[in-house]
Amino acid sequence: MSSPDQLIIFDNVSKFYGEILGVNRVNLQIAPGITSLVGPNGAGKSTLMNLMTGLLRPTRGSITISGIPTDQPEQLFRKVGYCTQFDSFPRGLTGREFLNSFLLVHGFERKRANELSQVALERVNLVEAADRKVAAYSKGMRQRIRLAQSIAHEPSVLILDEPLNGLDPMVRSETIALFRRLASEGLHLIISSHILHEVDMMSDRVVLLNNGYIVAEGNIHGVRDEMEEHPMQILIRCDEPAKLAAYVFAQNHVIEARLHDDRRGLFVKTRDADRFYLLLNRAIAEGELNVESVAPVDDDLSAVYQYLIGTTGGSA
Amino acid sequence: MSSAVEAVSTKPENHTSNWALWLRQVGAIFRLEVEKNFLGRRALLIYLIALLPLFPLLVLAVVRPPGNEWKDFNQFSMIYAILYNGLILRTVVFFGSAWIFMNLFRGDLVDRSLHYYFLSAVRREVLVVGKYVSGLVTSIVLFTGTTVVAMLLLYLPHFYSQSLRYFTEGRGLSQILAYAGITMLACVGYGAFFLVVGLFVRNPIIPAVLLYGWEWLNFLLPPLLKKISVIHYLNSLLPVQLSEGAFAVVADPTPAWIAIPSMLLVTVLVLVLAAYRIRHMEIRYGND
Repeated sequence: MSSPDQLIIFDNVSKFYGEILGVNRVNLQIAPGITSLVGPNGAGKSTLMNLMTGLLRPTRGSITISGIPTDQPEQLFRKVGYCTQFDSFPRGLTGREFLNSFLLVHGFERKRANELSQVALERVNLVEAADRKVAAYSKGMRQRIRLAQSIAHEPSVLILDEPLNGLDPMVRSETIALFRRLASEGLHLIISSHILHEVDMMSDRVVLLNNGYIVAEGNIHGVRDEMEEHPMQILIRCDEPAKLAAYVFAQNHVIEARLHDDRRGLFVKTRDADRFYLLLNRAIAEGELNVESVAPVDDDLSAVYQYLIGTTGGSA
Repeated sequence: MSSAVEAVSTKPENHTSNWALWLRQVGAIFRLEVEKNFLGRRALLIYLIALLPLFPLLVLAVVRPPGNEWKDFNQFSMIYAILYNGLILRTVVFFGSAWIFMNLFRGDLVDRSLHYYFLSAVRREVLVVGKYVSGLVTSIVLFTGTTVVAMLLLYLPHFYSQSLRYFTEGRGLSQILAYAGITMLACVGYGAFFLVVGLFVRNPIIPAVLLYGWEWLNFLLPPLLKKISVIHYLNSLLPVQLSEGAFAVVADPTPAWIAIPSMLLVTVLVLVLAAYRIRHMEIRYGND
């Protein structure tokens, strides 16, 4: 259990833009690790991130990051780095000057600022382009220099709004590896993304948002387990799927059993996955069938997203 | 990507006092902003405004106008007073300060880059001070330069040796310093006003025009209302007092020992208002 000074706490937070809802009645506690904010466009992901960093102020409620209120930037940004989606930069600066300038604004001495800029540039693999004007950068490079700016002062909480946008596949995987490494160093990472399989790969927990409300939060498998109205789908690859179908269909908790098109597998929908796995184990132990593989079909973020939000989400 | 990161403290030096930190931050903001003010794409208009009074003076340096007053050296202090009051103070310094100071925040909002400051560990009040000082230095350098060069350009081509003596041995030096001081004070006062306007109003042109009108109509206002203006205090400090015309409501000039501290005090109050505003400001570029 994390102590309050390690948590990001939203206490009944609402944000309205005039009469338009940004987010409503958000109560959330985010512990260290990688947390992803997931939801369709306009769900409230960026609003939540901007509220977390004081760029927006809540209409109601309060937010603290590691015990620091978000209206105290001079303290907050000693701990927090934020990579926004705003794709704009102060004019005329090179990548290195951009990092240096804002480290100096943070209050670092020039020598230390130079060192930190160099480390950040190395981390995002942008050393070679560091002395070119940011205006001449490609979209992916601009994304990386923004990322470098958010991590340059080595914050303990990193908030990243769609940080993988514009990155090529190689850099995407390097960046995800960087996020994992930062999380393993004890950082809070809050990432918004609409690329569900990447979120699935890197997140310790997810927060699903829709229309300004939190629809679900927690470990993705835990969220899936709680969705009783959507029975779990499991694909069993075996030598005698028809026999297995007859065997499982007698069970109350199994509501559907359907042969795979290649007739070498069986889809089962069950309201109680644990009981189904026990049943399957018994069948295997009794030698009734040879099973190649058993895999849940809809125990991932895409399925949860589809069930809760009603669309298929995004893909790379 | 490199994973080698030194495990050293990354926080700005804790042993330094808040004041030392704030001064360092003001310096960092000042450097960024002053470069933008002088070399950014918005600087072109400032240079044009600053050079505005010099163009006619250059022409007059070559072609002497016919009137008798242009033949009398003693009339030149009056000619300069009219030029300074009408063109330099009320137009160049006014609109130049408007452009410089309104763009300190409004320009960053339009360029969508203000959030980088807001995402730094800097008090927003410090940000106001850093930006204001950068605007002040920019406007003072340019418009004091205009004030001094305009005076030299008026005198020297027509009465060269007499003017040299006037500026080195006579009252010329004290006049030139007085005009330069008034220009600086105008930058201080108008600068603070336009900085705040840029923070509160999405289209700052309208309040700028309203203030411009108010300042020009100052001569018609009753004495009490005259005091609610910048130009009244600046006019009180002019080394050569000008007649405001037959319709002017006459009011005693405010003594310098009241005018200068009053303007500085109002400037501080306006900057406090700016700091309050920026402390509560949100970044919503879509609305700007």
